Amino acid sequence: MSNNLKLSVSPHIHSGNSTSTIMLDVIVALIPATVAGCIIFGLRSCLVLAACIVSCVLFEFLYNLILKKEQTIGDFSAVVTGLLLGLNLPANIPIWQCIIGSFIAIIIVKCLFGGIGCNIVNPAITARVFMLVSFGTMTTAAMPTVVDTVAGATPLSAETIEQSIGELFLGLKGGAIGETCILALVVGLVYLLVRKVISWHIPLTFIGTVYICSFFMEGLDPIKALAMILSGGLFIGAIFMATDYVTSPSTAWGKVVFGVGAGLLTFLIRYFGDYPEGVSFAILFFNILTPYIEKWTKHKVLLAGGKKA
Amino acid sequence: MQNKSNMSVFLKGILKENPVLVLILGTCPTLATTTTVTGAFGMGIAALVVLICSNVFISLLRKIIPDNVRIPCYIVIIAGFVTIVQMIVKAFFPVIDSLLGVYLPLITVNCIILGRAEMFASKNNVVKSALDGMGMGIGFTLALCGMAFIREVFGNATFAGIEIPFLVPYKIDFLVKSPGGLLVFGMLIALVYVLTHGKAPIKREFSCAGCPSAGSCHTGSCQLKGDEQ
Repeated sequence: MSNNLKLSVSPHIHSGNSTSTIMLDVIVALIPATVAGCIIFGLRSCLVLAACIVSCVLFEFLYNLILKKEQTIGDFSAVVTGLLLGLNLPANIPIWQCIIGSFIAIIIVKCLFGGIGCNIVNPAITARVFMLVSFGTMTTAAMPTVVDTVAGATPLSAETIEQSIGELFLGLKGGAIGETCILALVVGLVYLLVRKVISWHIPLTFIGTVYICSFFMEGLDPIKALAMILSGGLFIGAIFMATDYVTSPSTAWGKVVFGVGAGLLTFLIRYFGDYPEGVSFAILFFNILTPYIEKWTKHKVLLAGGKKA
Repeated sequence: MQNKSNMSVFLKGILKENPVLVLILGTCPTLATTTTVTGAFGMGIAALVVLICSNVFISLLRKIIPDNVRIPCYIVIIAGFVTIVQMIVKAFFPVIDSLLGVYLPLITVNCIILGRAEMFASKNNVVKSALDGMGMGIGFTLALCGMAFIREVFGNATFAGIEIPFLVPYKIDFLVKSPGGLLVFGMLIALVYVLTHGKAPIKREFSCAGCPSAGSCHTGSCQLKGDEQ
């Protein structure tokens, strides 16, 4: 009987969630986008994804092995990082660039800052920005192999706006492996929302802000604004990258600030910046601002006496 | 501290108290001029010459310069030598002059030179000040060249302007840009920390012993300030 009476501090009820179950949920949510990407861009995209995942896991394994730290590859976070990174790369990217990107993501952004939970920015998005700045191949996106399309320079150039919304929604356009098929990404979003892995705040405010700003910018044309949010990496960024627990605010208002701010910055970079796509820069920027957003939107503790002593 | 051997005064600037990688002084020229090995080497040598000359002169004049106006006096002395070096570089090494641009005259306000004047030359004799200047200058040059080597070879696939053919398809443009400079800088600081087995001063220790300038600073004035807070 006495064995059944355990004394412990709160919280007493555990939801059963752990890092690995959440990461597995994210992997499951990414499966539709992965499959769609492999169908649209052909076998070469599978090779890119495999290279990213394998090198990410390997780098984390080797880092822990060499520095004699506790092995952390079992929590699947390196797999998620590798998968997200791969989905954010065009299918025609050289494999050695994938490996360098994985190195940046895992060793420099994650492990050197102290491993999972300690990184100040999202590893996959930082690696993508690194590669965007470093390699010219990133800006000349691969074209789908399943349909004949007119080769355009960038996914966000004027021509693509005239493409039908349906094609954009299904992802039959140039771009990174995982970012084009909006349908698959939305399926993933619904899964994550149902499983309560993420909340609606960041994806909705992020995409909504870009839509509203584009709506006014395109002369109150709802179709053009819709094409604007369906182009580029907005959906994969808003659903999977911006909602990373470690690098986004934990309060509801903080998430709204994060989403609106990142959306605004994406819009500004898209319309007025040098780069055709601004989602990754916007997310990276707000990753860095996250501690401050968290501070501004902190919950007031009840009965704590109001002002700080 | 005063009876430290001349050799250790010279050697400490190279690794143990490396001005760039341990004392974290003079970061602006470090980040700006390390995109090419030639530029970094030119910058290092120019700073080395100015550092030795200014250390010697400030050490000679340390009893004459009034304490209240010492910083303007140091600046005047340093600016004089920088002007001489700038004229020489412009006349004989126009390539380096075009690479360094505004950073050559900016040696005047380089933290390393003013820092060594304030921390070392104003308190030590001429021989030691000259050796300190030489050690610090060589340490600065080595750090700059190391950083420039990584950035130029891997970022631009060239070494001192000569193309390295087998690296050309594998260049990483990021390293030549300013964020890449900061990245390489951080990596080198970490490397030096590992090489010195963490004996390089730890910034978090707020005591005289934990200060990187402890070897040359005997006033303890900052320690007093810390206590007051």
